Amino acid sequence: MKVDFNIDIHHLPRVEGHGDIRISVRDGKLADAKWAVVETPRFFEVMVKGLSAERVPFLTSRICGICSISHSLASIRSLERAMQITPPETARVIRLLAMHGETLQSHALHLFFLAAPDFAGTPSVVPLLQSHPEVVEAGLMLKELGNELSIATCGRATHPVSLVLGGVSKAPSKQRLAEIRRMNVERRAMLDRASDFFMTLRIPEFVRETEFISLRDGESYPYIGGNLVSTDGVVRDENDYLLMTNEYTVDFSTSKFTRVSRESSAAGALARFNNNFDQLHPRAKEAAAAFGLQPVCHNPFMNNVAQLVECHHIVASTEAIIDQLLDDDLKDIRTSYKPRAGAATGAVEAPRGVLYHYMETDENGKVVKADCIIPTTQNNANIHHDLHALAEQALAEGKGEKEVEKLCEMLVRSYDPCISCSVH
Amino acid sequence: MNHLGFDTEKLKIGSFDFTCCEGCQLQLANKEATLPEFLALLDIRNFREISSERLDDYDIALVEGSITRSDEVERLKAIRAQAKVLVAYGTCACFGGMNAQKNKFPKEECIRTVYGDKEIDTMQESHKISDFVTVDYSIPGCPVNKEEVERIVVSIATRSPIGLPKYPVCVECKQRLNTCLFDLGEVCLGPISRAGCDAVCPSGKTPCLGCRGPADDINYASFTDLVRDKGLSTEEMREKLAFYNGFTEYLNHEG
Repeated sequence: MKVDFNIDIHHLPRVEGHGDIRISVRDGKLADAKWAVVETPRFFEVMVKGLSAERVPFLTSRICGICSISHSLASIRSLERAMQITPPETARVIRLLAMHGETLQSHALHLFFLAAPDFAGTPSVVPLLQSHPEVVEAGLMLKELGNELSIATCGRATHPVSLVLGGVSKAPSKQRLAEIRRMNVERRAMLDRASDFFMTLRIPEFVRETEFISLRDGESYPYIGGNLVSTDGVVRDENDYLLMTNEYTVDFSTSKFTRVSRESSAAGALARFNNNFDQLHPRAKEAAAAFGLQPVCHNPFMNNVAQLVECHHIVASTEAIIDQLLDDDLKDIRTSYKPRAGAATGAVEAPRGVLYHYMETDENGKVVKADCIIPTTQNNANIHHDLHALAEQALAEGKGEKEVEKLCEMLVRSYDPCISCSVH
Repeated sequence: MNHLGFDTEKLKIGSFDFTCCEGCQLQLANKEATLPEFLALLDIRNFREISSERLDDYDIALVEGSITRSDEVERLKAIRAQAKVLVAYGTCACFGGMNAQKNKFPKEECIRTVYGDKEIDTMQESHKISDFVTVDYSIPGCPVNKEEVERIVVSIATRSPIGLPKYPVCVECKQRLNTCLFDLGEVCLGPISRAGCDAVCPSGKTPCLGCRGPADDINYASFTDLVRDKGLSTEEMREKLAFYNGFTEYLNHEG
């Protein structure tokens, strides 16, 4: 039967920010499929102009309420590189622990609150409180563990207070670190329980080959700094981020699109997994094997599984990082510096993928030019082209309007987009 | 339903976001230990960030974010028309927030710098929501403090009096026995900013940037004297006062 219908999802729910899915089908064939970001621009790159470098991370962390630690650390890294500041080793380790906390919190939020209802067929997590209380409890406890790590290292879970240029302004107390270490050991069981639940969910079968971009330093799973690499074999220096992004505007989106070797590319947990599988903790590799996830995986829905695998990596590696801090006197945490003129890029792996902040300072340490390219900006084009391919596949399989709509919503959510962050 | 010994109806609540980072809404999902109990108090009718359900029969609207585009004004007015109680939630909604940092540049320059020739709709200024609608309660903070949100939402449910601390952050900072940041050579807005955050920033050895706006009856002249007497930078003080747009009248005051 030939059918005509339009799918027009205004302000897609259970994602951060405002994005629309627009699909039209004529005579049973796909006529158009768009991923349209309609978020209000905020102009962060302009706002920071004239601001003192030390104040900038406090402003840019407000780009995102979910990954404010990543934004703070991307600004700090770019400004420290621009002004040739080397933070002490202890601060580097505290920052790494902060990244772990944020990623765990963000992944748990996405997996349990935003994505799980799709797979369970409920409109939100609230009905799951009744039907799957043990799963929601596991999600909450993992999210809480992430938040506790962030609070201990940054003073607060959202919008960090103690991540500063030159290091950190206050070290976590050893007593707190020891408590969180115990909490981490106890909550491994929660993660196993969550994995068992996700194992029962059916991941849609959809593959569109694409290029995956992430950081890679070759020594550890990537969090802060490193080379920019892609599964198509591109390797770039961190400062050459523009060659890895090639931003352009489209008329139906306030957020930009990017491309590298193909019409689009993807960043995020699956991209990190595809490029850095060898650096994962053995327990995370085991978790991936249990889900049949192997590099290079081209099913965007598997990004949810890659996030779960990363939770295993974080929980498995956190104890060693805390032990390193417990052996430290935690006194050498901040380097003093003199403002100077310079320019550099700071790249970090935010929960949703590689995040670039580029900053230029004058001799007084005021920012004169800035550029921020957010993971979702890098995923927009991939989401857009995936929507087209997925809708075509679903129509070819004879799926109706409601099924196509649900699949398309799930697809966008699987990228865990952070739309308001992607728009400036 | 019984919560903290009070029998109440579930609150029909909607949560809405405008120009912002959605960090305040995220706080609703934090403080995990009490989250199920807090959710049990609420009948969430419309909360796009966590639920696909969109129902328009809510009584309380929590509104996050500042207003920077004309279509946001219409959406905000429609929310006001439905809600019996409208709560401005977070520094962006209460004061225009750090989004107001763009106010110092002409909007044409903002658009050209970020988008080149592409046409973009944006207002010259970032507005607080009370510029367009009546606000019943304000909960400032960047982000909001979850304890305070729970306290205020429970107060609405139980029809208890609602108020913010009138005293400055300094009081809470002293209670936490912190070394004063002025003594460490930093300009801190703790003496003039509204408390209620438990002095989270100065406790992390980072100066207060005034995200909760001015406390009641502040002594601004004494604060500027303090900055000068300590030999600290007035320029830095002004940068901090302008950070969240909560101290605009005082900045203008000084000329």
